[in-house]
Amino acid sequence: MARRNNIWANLDWVTISLYLVLVLLGWINIYAAVYNEQFESIFDISQRYGKQLIWIIAAIIIAFTTIILEAKFYVFFAYPIYIIFVFLLLIVLIIGTEIHGAKSWFVIAGFNIQPSEFTKFATALALARIISSHNFKIQKLKSMLSIAAIIGIPAVLIFLQNDTGSALVYVAFILVLYREGLSGVFLFFAILAVVLFILSLIISTFTIFIILAVLSLIIFYFLNQRIKDFGFVLIFLIVITSSFWALKILFLPQLNFSVAIMIGTAFSTILLLFWIIRKRLKKYLILIFIFLGALTFSLSVDYVFENILEPYQQNRINGLLGIVSDPLGADYNVNQSKIAIGSGGFSGKGFLNGTQTKFNFVPEQSTDFIFCTVGEEWGFIGTTVVVILFLLLLARLLIVAERQRSVFSRVYGYSVASILFLHFIINIGMTIGLMPVIGIPLPFFSYGGSSLWSFTILLSIFLRLDASRLELLY
Amino acid sequence: MDKLSRRKFVIIGLFILAGLIFIIRLFDLQVLSPVYKQSATNNVLRKVIQYPSRGLIYDRNGELLVYDQAAYDLLVTPREVRKFDTLLLCNLLEITKKDLLDRLKDARDYSPYKPSIIVKQITPERYAVLQEQLHKFHGFYTQTRTLRDYPKKMASHVLGYIGEVSNEMIEKDPYYQMGDYAGISGIEYTYEKDLRGEKGVEYFLVDVHSRIKGSYREGRNDVAAKTGKNLICTIDSELQEYIELLMQNKRGAVVALEPSTGEVLAMVSSPGYDPNLLVGRPRGQNFQLLQSDSLQPLFNRAITAIYPPGSTFKMAQALIALQEGVITPETEFHCDYGYHIGNYTMACHHNQDFNLNGAISHSCNAYFSYVFKGILEKPEFGSVKNGYDIWREYITSFGFGRKLGTDFYNEQSGSVPTSEYYEDNVFKGTRWRVPTINSLAIGQGELEITPIQMANYAAVLANRGFYYIPHIIKNVGDRELDERFREKNYAIINEEHFEKVINGMEKVFEEGGTAYWTRINGITMCGKTGTAQNPHGKNHSVFVVFAPRENPKIAISAYVEFGGEGSSYAAPISSLIVEKYLTDTISYRRKWIEERMLDVVLLDPGTPD
Repeated sequence: MARRNNIWANLDWVTISLYLVLVLLGWINIYAAVYNEQFESIFDISQRYGKQLIWIIAAIIIAFTTIILEAKFYVFFAYPIYIIFVFLLLIVLIIGTEIHGAKSWFVIAGFNIQPSEFTKFATALALARIISSHNFKIQKLKSMLSIAAIIGIPAVLIFLQNDTGSALVYVAFILVLYREGLSGVFLFFAILAVVLFILSLIISTFTIFIILAVLSLIIFYFLNQRIKDFGFVLIFLIVITSSFWALKILFLPQLNFSVAIMIGTAFSTILLLFWIIRKRLKKYLILIFIFLGALTFSLSVDYVFENILEPYQQNRINGLLGIVSDPLGADYNVNQSKIAIGSGGFSGKGFLNGTQTKFNFVPEQSTDFIFCTVGEEWGFIGTTVVVILFLLLLARLLIVAERQRSVFSRVYGYSVASILFLHFIINIGMTIGLMPVIGIPLPFFSYGGSSLWSFTILLSIFLRLDASRLELLY
Repeated sequence: MDKLSRRKFVIIGLFILAGLIFIIRLFDLQVLSPVYKQSATNNVLRKVIQYPSRGLIYDRNGELLVYDQAAYDLLVTPREVRKFDTLLLCNLLEITKKDLLDRLKDARDYSPYKPSIIVKQITPERYAVLQEQLHKFHGFYTQTRTLRDYPKKMASHVLGYIGEVSNEMIEKDPYYQMGDYAGISGIEYTYEKDLRGEKGVEYFLVDVHSRIKGSYREGRNDVAAKTGKNLICTIDSELQEYIELLMQNKRGAVVALEPSTGEVLAMVSSPGYDPNLLVGRPRGQNFQLLQSDSLQPLFNRAITAIYPPGSTFKMAQALIALQEGVITPETEFHCDYGYHIGNYTMACHHNQDFNLNGAISHSCNAYFSYVFKGILEKPEFGSVKNGYDIWREYITSFGFGRKLGTDFYNEQSGSVPTSEYYEDNVFKGTRWRVPTINSLAIGQGELEITPIQMANYAAVLANRGFYYIPHIIKNVGDRELDERFREKNYAIINEEHFEKVINGMEKVFEEGGTAYWTRINGITMCGKTGTAQNPHGKNHSVFVVFAPRENPKIAISAYVEFGGEGSSYAAPISSLIVEKYLTDTISYRRKWIEERMLDVVLLDPGTPD
């Protein structure tokens, strides 16, 4: 029994403090976002801020309960928990209620509960369990497949609920797998593909082409380090490309400038291949292939999207991507969000003085766009503090994860950090126009019981595992 | 440290990279770029619905009947309201302070952020004054609406009126929003979708003083309102006006059709009302008044009132008998001051033999009682009940007892009872006896016919056997007239029988005929008087007529309530309409008829005859 009392002393209070600070800041900003003069009290439970307080208190009780349970419990019941929640995902697909186009809610006694929020920690537990099992080796096909199933099943089910944003979060587990030995190539290509995909929908293909070309040249220079070769390649590219450009002006004036340049460069790159093979610089082949591949990839994403798909299909893909369909033109939401954040300036307009977020210019200002309120009322100082707080929490989670003796706890810790990280980059990235509009909440900040509780459970299980890290070796 | 453990640096590096990118981006957005700060000050985006002007309505000769006038609504967004001079605003709006405060409170209760309408339909004159002062009132602004205006105070029932949409309408059609206007009756209702056009949206940036600073994104998101389609209706406004004049101080209905097209030349329900009464801010009050008026001016008798047809029904009886071979034009029946069979008597005024011509021109009840009996008891039909079913089929082919399918709002079907009705309510299993239902022979009893059905019947007679469904619209913008108005509908009577009946109808205007005194020199009219029995007061005067006999240009049905016999009011009024339409004037020799009709007042039901 003495040991149980020790739990509280063994808990990582740095994480807990960061958690409490973020939840508190979230609450204050929800108050500011939906502030209504008629219901001035922050405790008024007819308003979202009053309700959020109830969610927070409940969350603390949930955290408390989670921590009281034995660490062993989570290890032994990892699979059953996982199965129960996957089952709930199935049920919600059948009898769930549709809210904002996503059929992912149970409405029980007036409360809306979203089971997909809770499958995150269940999946993390199952993943930790399987990776920590004795015969697991990430290079083995069988192990790989079982991981794919554990991560894939909930992701697909959530996707089927039409809640792509939440499904996307499962990409985060690649970071965990990478830490546990998955080849870095996977991580590299996953990041490259995602970045290219998003970029090709946000910025023009030509811009991507320029970035890719310059990046490739720089990499080539660092790999080769011979000024003669570099100069040859550079001049070769420029000569061939500009001759294509000249050809275009002479014979095909109607052809797009950027298309001509891209064809020229692609052609000259293919010519370069022969030069590279002759010069036996085979290790740079991969660079050329990646360059050409990436270019083709983003071109085809763009081409397929713009030319082959009908407008309604484009909308559907936007919908699948979670890019919110927008009656005021594609970037109205993002524009409003950027204006709100930008108008905060260096030090903000002050608490409750935001105008942009209050007059409903920013959509979903208390949930997905809560960061706008931070930006508008607390300025650059406020946003930086929030970003740094999140970075501190993420870093602390990695440190704590790394100090675990059991693989189970470490994998789980990495899962927590990765999930939080993905929410962090997608949500904030969206509000400042660096990501497409994908509706997922900012952890601990956004209004809503389901999301707050799920992140709380996710985090507190890890705290519990960490508190007994010295007891057992799994 | 194992090899994999070093990967934590990659991951943490990724975290920090993302954080750095965010901070750089935020620095750019919040500190470096002035663009967003500036746009925030102007960025109170206001969405203003652009209401399209409603389509205009013209008469068949291009006369404008309905057009739009501008009106303005004052809206408020409670959250944006600052302290203001309530007294000044009250004076500008002509409302009391309490009224204003109540409305503000309602608006706030509805939503502090969304605009609500405070005052509706401000006139352009008042708006001009208000507009100058509006900058003193934060959170208040106006939007333009269009209201109807009627240059001629006529045809109110035909044109109908517009009103605010009800909750059910909003649920049914998401195009509508609270406070929108839509057609409630008449053409405004039937052709609502064509007339209303499409709403547009304009986005404006407004500054902190709620002054418009310009359009949002150079209007790229704006959707222009689409003006409603203009309609050309079939009404001849001059004729309509004339009939309304003739029907003044009387209750009743007149419908005039062009037989060759089914177009409604005029439709009058009396008493009517000035359509301008149901426009603008006094509308609610006027509507109440009109609705509570005992003379029911809002009620369109031409479409919805049901009367027995009276003797005008006799041509249909004759046609069926001719078609079935029950009579020939030469067949004679004796009228002995009526028709007597067993204990049953149908009274009449004559003591002589009548052939078809004479029976129609003298409107002999006995003759048609024999005819009716002949039809129902025709041996080939097997039974009276069967005979009745066949008779009813003929009658409905004239357009009686069912909806014609016109483009009028709230068209009634009237009623020609089915044999089941008599079986259940009259004979109750006993043998069918013709005398029991003999009142049908002369168009009384359970028959319920609307004036437009009656006019359509006149058109069937004029066309010698067919009709086009009566309709009020000639042309909707560039759209073709509905298919159903362009096809002929046939009464199941052979064409050759019509001339025999029409001969009798012409004789109605000859010496000894029931409408002799209303004849017009130079125009061959074919008509028939009728008297619709009225248990609640004096009988209604009924008349159907078409003219001229060859190539008829107009077919009319006229009902004058409490007018007594058909020849006393409905016939002279109809003859005046014919003369006016065909010759554009009333001849000197008939002026006295016109004057008499204009002067007479027939609003009192009197006592039953």
